[in-house]
Amino acid sequence: MTSEFKPKIIAFLCNWCSYAGADKAGGQRLECSAEISIVRVMCSGRVDPQFILEAFRKGADGVLVLGCHPGDCHYRNGNIRAMRRMAVLEKLLVQFGIEKERFALDWVAAGESEKFQKISQSMTEAVTRLGPLKLKGYVTR
Amino acid sequence: MSKPKVAVSWNSSCGGCDESIVDLEEKILDVAEAVEFVLWPCAMDFKYEQIEALPDEDITVSLINGAIQNTDQEHVVKLLRRKSKIVIAFGSCACYGGVPSLLNLKNLDDSFRVSYTNSPTVINEQGTVPSADSEDDGHALSLPSVYKSVRKLDDVIDVDYFLPGCPPTASMIASALTALLEGKLPERKSVLASNKSLCSSCSRNDSKPETVSIKNLVRIHEVKADPGLCFLAQGIICMGPATRDGCDYPCIKGNMPCTGCLGPFDRTDQGAKMTGTLGGLLEAGDEEAAKKMADGIVDPAGTFYRYSVAASLLGGKREGEENE
Ligand code: SF4
Ligand code: SF4
Repeated sequence: MTSEFKPKIIAFLCNWCSYAGADKAGGQRLECSAEISIVRVMCSGRVDPQFILEAFRKGADGVLVLGCHPGDCHYRNGNIRAMRRMAVLEKLLVQFGIEKERFALDWVAAGESEKFQKISQSMTEAVTRLGPLKLKGYVTR
Repeated sequence: MSKPKVAVSWNSSCGGCDESIVDLEEKILDVAEAVEFVLWPCAMDFKYEQIEALPDEDITVSLINGAIQNTDQEHVVKLLRRKSKIVIAFGSCACYGGVPSLLNLKNLDDSFRVSYTNSPTVINEQGTVPSADSEDDGHALSLPSVYKSVRKLDDVIDVDYFLPGCPPTASMIASALTALLEGKLPERKSVLASNKSLCSSCSRNDSKPETVSIKNLVRIHEVKADPGLCFLAQGIICMGPATRDGCDYPCIKGNMPCTGCLGPFDRTDQGAKMTGTLGGLLEAGDEEAAKKMADGIVDPAGTFYRYSVAASLLGGKREGEENE
């Protein structure tokens, strides 16, 4: 059965680097995972942790946040703030029974179409292996 | 004209909410003068049959405290809902699940193990834990059954108003009751507290530097806290930024950081907001440093959702889910 499971993965991509990287992957016709639904945001620093919890609650099996490499943020340090927040969020998710592999933060530059391809595929594989997220009020049943 | 009828009822709670009504001091006498208590199990002797015998909506207001965790509590609050014009979720357990809903981060078996078998003060050789049906000496015994997860009141019945706090302060209770008796309550479903953050009124807000940057997280018992400086600026976790205003910050005045008892603002998840705020303030230049600082937060879920797991996005009841 698990081989038929197609995960739902929500990916928040920053407008300036990562979205451009994903766009380039499309332009180059690189084969990327179809399980990833992209939400374009202005900056990874705009990704309120509440967006991520909402995504999980509403049925996402995995959530990905991609931003510009450290030092390249269009707004100087939005990505660094995202990095700090996500370090705290990761600990929180585990306490609610959400496995570490279901959430990732990474950096993809506008030219890094292949890196985007790689991340989209490895995330999909990791989440597929875990199977559907069963969030049932409390999750450690 | 007969006096308005009031019921006070408790569920999974500590008794502090009942106590807070008594704490109205002489004001309680005015209240007792103005109303007729028809139920208050903590303070007076009543029988539920008397409530069942009342016509529907005969009680003006029911103040219900505590989270809901078993079938008996569900039965009583449904009865009170039927018999009351207005139901107020009284205190943070009724509003958001409160401390009891921290159980939703674990499971019921863990909780039974701690309470009935593993606790150092318990001797329970047969490993007996509560169960709905049991037999003793040939007699069948049924008890209310315990739910696997803890619910806030409005997961179980329709609630008209929410009065948060652990417990709500005397002035919050007095103004809610006055508004009620004078017919000046706001729109139904309102939370009877501000929708701004505690920081907005906190006396230490002006002491915050332009940008707060936390180099070192410390816990309140590890340091001698400066009595005038914003706790976050001292590296001490203060839930003020993610918590509703309205308590007049007694904890801050006592040189203790806010633990978040007034709960989240409208449509927000308290833990998500605190993760966003606190995370953004950590001084960490790379991922390794950020992870190390995050590891300094002992029990983030228990700290950020101390009073609101049952109202959280991940630990709360989901649409269509049954109480079980
Ligand atoms: S973080 Fe705490 S101490 Fe600082 S202003 Fe807010 S409520 Fe006051
Ligand atoms: S300061 Fe915080 S914990 Fe203390 S009463 Fe106010 S909301 Fe509750």
